[in-house]
Amino acid sequence: MINTITILGGHGKNGTAEPVQRIDLRMGDVISVVGPTGSGKTTLINDIELFANANTQTGRRILINGAPAPAEYHDDPARNPIALITQHTTFLSDLPVGEFLHTHARIRISDATQRQVPVGRTLDFANQLTGEPIALDSHMTELSGGQTRALLIADATIICNTPIVLLDEVENAGIHRTRALELLRQYRKIFIFVTHDPRIALLSDYRIVMQGGTITQVLHTDMAEQKVAGIVSKLDDTLSLLRDKIRRGERLTMAELETFA
Amino acid sequence: MKLAICAGPATTGKTSVLRHAIRKLLESGQRIAFLKIDVQYAEEDEQFAREFGIPTRKVYSGELCPDHCNVMVLGDALRWARTNESDVLLVETAGLCLRCSPYADGGLGIIVLEATSGMNLPLKVGPMLSLADVAVVTKIDRVSQAEREVFRARIQDVAPSVRIREVNALYGIGIGPLVDHIRAIPDVPEHMRLRGNPPVGTCTICVGKKEIGWQSHFGVVRALDNQVFYRGE
Repeated sequence: MINTITILGGHGKNGTAEPVQRIDLRMGDVISVVGPTGSGKTTLINDIELFANANTQTGRRILINGAPAPAEYHDDPARNPIALITQHTTFLSDLPVGEFLHTHARIRISDATQRQVPVGRTLDFANQLTGEPIALDSHMTELSGGQTRALLIADATIICNTPIVLLDEVENAGIHRTRALELLRQYRKIFIFVTHDPRIALLSDYRIVMQGGTITQVLHTDMAEQKVAGIVSKLDDTLSLLRDKIRRGERLTMAELETFA
Repeated sequence: MKLAICAGPATTGKTSVLRHAIRKLLESGQRIAFLKIDVQYAEEDEQFAREFGIPTRKVYSGELCPDHCNVMVLGDALRWARTNESDVLLVETAGLCLRCSPYADGGLGIIVLEATSGMNLPLKVGPMLSLADVAVVTKIDRVSQAEREVFRARIQDVAPSVRIREVNALYGIGIGPLVDHIRAIPDVPEHMRLRGNPPVGTCTICVGKKEIGWQSHFGVVRALDNQVFYRGE
């Protein structure tokens, strides 16, 4: 049973010590990782995913419940407590979606009678996130960027069903983010979003700020920001509405922006 | 002295994996000798000699099948490594035959596969995978985690007893367990034998008869619609 993950600071690209030397992430936390491009956000989640033990280029250490990760996390994928959704928006796998999900369910779910349902639920979940439905006989390599991301998020949440989910810039993928956050919040896990999206950042309990390859501060979403979050969500919804209209070939009018005029 | 033979399709990262393994073995005080077998071009021997100052050799198999060449030269190579007072002889093969496997009983067989190579690859590589002791999977950062896990399952389907080690060969992450495997193998016995069975006999194509179609050949042949059969006296 995992209760906490601890990030112990390492060093930046130039060898200087990381300003934040310890962060404890607790079960149920929703965390964002923010910072400019090249500030080391993806490297941080790779460290977490690899259970770095001062053996990556950052020198960071990741502890699970206060101790180094046991070797079986790497030896047996069924025991790996982390699902990582990378920025990949293409699959290299040449299998049909159904066969891929069944194979994945076989290694993640040891009880053979319990596999059929998650495969169906994964597909349903994915199809709520993407506008273009995915079928079980679609070939993985033929899926669009949005479909690929939607399937990876659904697969990580339902088939992997791990206590820790790392999501690298999901906002870039052309999926319904609002729906994704709603669906994900139904599962009690540690969610770590690498993001540039103010909506995702403000919906998080706190955010890890990165600069020059190091963690420079940890900001908790305070009362003032929670108020901002409501308006940011409204802005964001309005923008998605405008985006959808543009996609459908419609014209935009001032009426859509009335609340912000 | 210990022997580890490394196979795997071209460009999967055999050399990068061995580079990290050699570094760690040297750090732990082991003396290493390295032999590269390839068909017509290789420079890993020069790289490793330069980087690590270890004794290295290379053999071009040329007209000979490279795995066949491995069997031929391995006895000499073991003697050569012994005269260099090595603790471990690492052999990197050309790694291109999907019918054979170059591993010898009494040594460690390592196959290097890349996670980017498609989900059916483990089914295609045959004895090179199923007779290995350790399968190292590289390029894990290039695919989604879901695909990594399914690729691993596909390896286990074909080769249930092979131990799988995922490695990031850029940074050498995950190399430790492979080095532990190498260190744990016993010294080579006096008489060594190839682990797998070579393919059926020598054929007339092997000896240079180039006509197309089984009708022009003798010995063990096969037609498109028939099983293998014998043609000749």
